[in-house]
Amino acid sequence: MSPDPLLSAPLLSARGLSVRLGRVAALDGVDVDLWPGEVLAVVGESGSGKTTLLNTLFGTQCPDRGVVRYRDPDGRVHDVHRMSRPMLRTLHRSDWGFVYQEPRQALRMAVSAGGNVGERLMAPGINSAGARHYGRIREAAIAWLREVEIDPTRIDDLPRTFSGGMLQRLQIARTLVTHPRLVFMDEPTGGLDVSVQARLLDLIRTLVARLRIAVVLVTHDIAVARLLADRMLVMQAGRVVETGLTDQVLDDPQEPYTQLLVSSVLLA
Amino acid sequence: MSRAALPPDEVGEMLLRVRGLGKSFTLHLQGGLRIPVLAGIALALHGGECVMLSGPSGIGKSTLVRSLYGNYRAQAGEILVRHAGAWVDLAASDPRTVLEIRRQTIGYVSQFLRVVPRVPTLEIVAEPARLAGSAPAEAAERARALLLRLNIPERLHVLPPATFSGGERQRVNLARGFAGGHPILLLDEPTASLDAENCAVVIDLVREAKARGAAILGIMHDAAARDAIADRLFPLTPLQDAA
Repeated sequence: MSPDPLLSAPLLSARGLSVRLGRVAALDGVDVDLWPGEVLAVVGESGSGKTTLLNTLFGTQCPDRGVVRYRDPDGRVHDVHRMSRPMLRTLHRSDWGFVYQEPRQALRMAVSAGGNVGERLMAPGINSAGARHYGRIREAAIAWLREVEIDPTRIDDLPRTFSGGMLQRLQIARTLVTHPRLVFMDEPTGGLDVSVQARLLDLIRTLVARLRIAVVLVTHDIAVARLLADRMLVMQAGRVVETGLTDQVLDDPQEPYTQLLVSSVLLA
Repeated sequence: MSRAALPPDEVGEMLLRVRGLGKSFTLHLQGGLRIPVLAGIALALHGGECVMLSGPSGIGKSTLVRSLYGNYRAQAGEILVRHAGAWVDLAASDPRTVLEIRRQTIGYVSQFLRVVPRVPTLEIVAEPARLAGSAPAEAAERARALLLRLNIPERLHVLPPATFSGGERQRVNLARGFAGGHPILLLDEPTASLDAENCAVVIDLVREAKARGAAILGIMHDAAARDAIADRLFPLTPLQDAA
């Protein structure tokens, strides 16, 4: 039964992903499906393979075995690791996005806030005619600064004058300006003060729901996964040990490792 | 969803049917200790009726309610839900289908309110109605009206409930549960921290939900409140020791 045809095919589908880093199996036969508009959290301790999985799905880490398939807006399916480099780069700048834990990894610190947001609109592959018009780009940048609660009068300021929380919000604006359907996030609230984290969580949750963006969210913070994710994938030593509805995995964990993970969390 | 109000004492169509439901917990951190809680549960729930679970504390009432919401994973049996015009087995559904059933068909008032810290109360209450397809303005108006009925004054609607008292948070939780207008509503101790006045409001809300044809199943320790709304009790009995 599939009442909504849009939801009936995955946006991203990975099968049998294996990656060896030196002598360690960083990923060992991992399957992932992601549907449009769905938020999937990948949790597990450091070294469990979360980030390797994220990078492999994103196409920047090549798997030794397995395949990652992506369905484009026209319904065509691509093997992410067999796409040409220019094509993958275009995908990364348009229909996909990546939010790093460290915003300086994505932002250009010598370019104004507005320039950072507008840059993705100038990249090739953004086919909406006129999107590359300077005035429109500035308009879009202002709208997105507002969207992430940055005062638009800061548009010409350099990011180095921004706080950590603002930088993270700027990175999100920069990523979402092209209206991606799929965004990868690596510990997006890590390293921020708790009060700043709450604001960012609320912002991510609201934008993702309103724009119906699918998200693969890597986090070691189970509370973040509970608040943001529809579905959860628990990793240990490169394998998926448990997967399911977020609240079910957290409230009724089946596997020994998941029970350990959940019982180790301090209750807030 | 427009449905004619049912005359009192008349039972509508079946909306939920549970057969052979079983649930146990395996505690891997306690050497794999297995705790059976539910076995062979069979029940049917019709539109316009309110069924309350009864039985001593620890018998598995909350476990049953949580299993019916898909929060706990049933290990045996079927949970057939009348969803979008068809019968769907929630116990065998994938996560996306369970979420869809929760958006459209099954509402739930839990004992605790769990929300993103910064979100205003009105938003929290309006969300289920929006997810079920109401226009934002309509959802907000419904949320406002429910909050006022539950004696949460308007000046608090713009604030996140983080600083509210236990009773206030529970009323926010109740407003959220009733705002969705779901055909099936699960209540887990909704009146536990309420005073008599607010308890009376909850009784009215349940009666109104029944009148619009909703099926309600819940747990309520307050015997007077329970008797005021329950059409029948569903007693849970201790499991036979399997060993």
